[in-house]
Amino acid sequence: MTAQPAPLLAIGNLHVRFHTLDGIVEAVAGIDFEVYPGETLGLVGESGCGKSVTALSILQLLRCPPAEIQGQIFFEGNNLLELNREGIRKIRGNDISMIFQEPMTSLNPVLKIGEQIAEAGRLHKNMNRHQAWRWAVEMLRMVQIPGPGSRSRQYPHKFSGGMRQRAMIAMALSCNPRLILADEPTTALDVTIQAQIMNLMQRLKDEFRTAIVLITHDLGVIAEMASRVVVMYAGKVVEEAPVKPLFKDPRHPYTVGLLGSIPVIGRKEQTGRRLHEIKGMVPSPTDMPVGCRFHPRCAQAMDRCRRQEPPMIRLGEHRRVSCWLEA
Amino acid sequence: MTDIAENSIAGAGRLTADSSLRRTWAKLKRNKAAIVGGILLLIYVLSALAAPLLFRGNPSAPNLINSLEPPSMKDPLGTDELGRSILGRIIYGSRISLVIAVGVVFVGMICGIPLGLISGYYGGKIDFLIQRTTDTMLAFPGFLLALALVAVLGVGVKNTVISIGISMIPMYIRLVRGCVLAIREEVYVEAARAVGTRDATILLRHILPNVMVPITVQTSLSMGTAILFAAGLGFLGIGVQPPTPEWGTMLGSARSYLFHAPHVATFPGIAIFLAVLSFNLLGDGLRDALDPRFKL
Repeated sequence: MTAQPAPLLAIGNLHVRFHTLDGIVEAVAGIDFEVYPGETLGLVGESGCGKSVTALSILQLLRCPPAEIQGQIFFEGNNLLELNREGIRKIRGNDISMIFQEPMTSLNPVLKIGEQIAEAGRLHKNMNRHQAWRWAVEMLRMVQIPGPGSRSRQYPHKFSGGMRQRAMIAMALSCNPRLILADEPTTALDVTIQAQIMNLMQRLKDEFRTAIVLITHDLGVIAEMASRVVVMYAGKVVEEAPVKPLFKDPRHPYTVGLLGSIPVIGRKEQTGRRLHEIKGMVPSPTDMPVGCRFHPRCAQAMDRCRRQEPPMIRLGEHRRVSCWLEA
Repeated sequence: MTDIAENSIAGAGRLTADSSLRRTWAKLKRNKAAIVGGILLLIYVLSALAAPLLFRGNPSAPNLINSLEPPSMKDPLGTDELGRSILGRIIYGSRISLVIAVGVVFVGMICGIPLGLISGYYGGKIDFLIQRTTDTMLAFPGFLLALALVAVLGVGVKNTVISIGISMIPMYIRLVRGCVLAIREEVYVEAARAVGTRDATILLRHILPNVMVPITVQTSLSMGTAILFAAGLGFLGIGVQPPTPEWGTMLGSARSYLFHAPHVATFPGIAIFLAVLSFNLLGDGLRDALDPRFKL
């Protein structure tokens, strides 16, 4: 591998806590990872492990209070957490944009599709109403919506789920951002549409040289899209690896479990079992286990795992795991 | 070929764009009570606009020879203690009442909607401050609040509008705030913030249009209340002053002749009753047609 350029986004020791009536909930407990220009980083984990909260805290879209964000989020050398409201507002949509999970609810029902896409152009590119509208139509054409001229004048209820997600992608790409945070962009879509959206994102990524942080629990999507994967469990990074080594040689028992729970046609004939589930439940954030957070569900848990939190062990470039088995 | 496809899609778009309006209209048409309310309101609006055509002469000019005449061919609803035609005064009174109704909701909306938007969207200290002020205002019965404000501001049409309008503000604040609390959590608001939209734009372009349905319904109902309040103030002699033909004021001056000439009090009373009824029926109908889930 050639020498790495400077990271586009570098997250260091990020903590996100929520002050709730049940006490303080630490949704993200000291994670760090980097994103390099033009790459696709997969952020994988179960529901509630802090993936979405991480993405929302990068753009500071969490309401503070009740949320409290600590740590560093460096974007091109600037700590986003030190910016004021206006500073972060200028980054949003222009340098970093976001695609949300639910295309059915992420477009405003009372505004025309074109207006919603044009908004970003007017905000960040100083376009007037007319220019922004033409730009919006171009964006819709780029995400392959047929008849973009007339479609842009329609309201979201006329769009199907897949088309709305395309419109959201058009919105996210409209200012040519350097980083897109895609929070489960295909989870709410059916499988054929998923493939279309993924192909579209891949193509646009290559065209615009945009980096993507792809948040998902679908390892199939990761295998297809990502070049590097960060696995999160209960608010912590448990493993990081380039995509091929991760699938070939997962080191953390949680990653092994995740890979084992992908349905594969014909596996029953080979191994005698349909699926391997990970036993137990994600621990409640108000009641985290002592030691390794995964130990109550881990088949290979040792005494040490119950007492002491495992350190992050570097195994190579972009390859690290947080498990006592590797120590 | 793409042109044809685009045109047909555009046509379909136009058809459905007003189909939601048409559906609302169709639902409203099926609601007989709302239609009755609408027709009544239309009669009031037309008589207010065409008052000089419907009644010639000055409705406030006294004609003492004719005083307290019962209904006749010349004066279909009779005359009052100063011999003025009651029909004429009711027709001209509809102008005053409608102006008051519109003025009151204007005052209520212009102050209540922005405060409700800010209170609901920002939360925190500003929300606390606005809501405790609202609580204080709501602790008074609406009419009592209007009464107290008139006592401070003085009588007349303008002051009646201002004081009743102020007494409507807390209700608009509560209504808008409640809706904003739900809408601000919608993903599309978060998505708008994620592209860097300013707070003011989010409030006015993304949130306000979504609150318009409850505001419309509330406005229709509030207009009925405004007419009732204005009539109440007039009846007590601290609202619109004679000789201006205002229904409540007419009712107030007629009460001395209640047994001697009951028609003098009856007809303005019916005018008030039907006007308030028309706004309430229409408001209820609008609510059912626009959003059946919405309860006020």
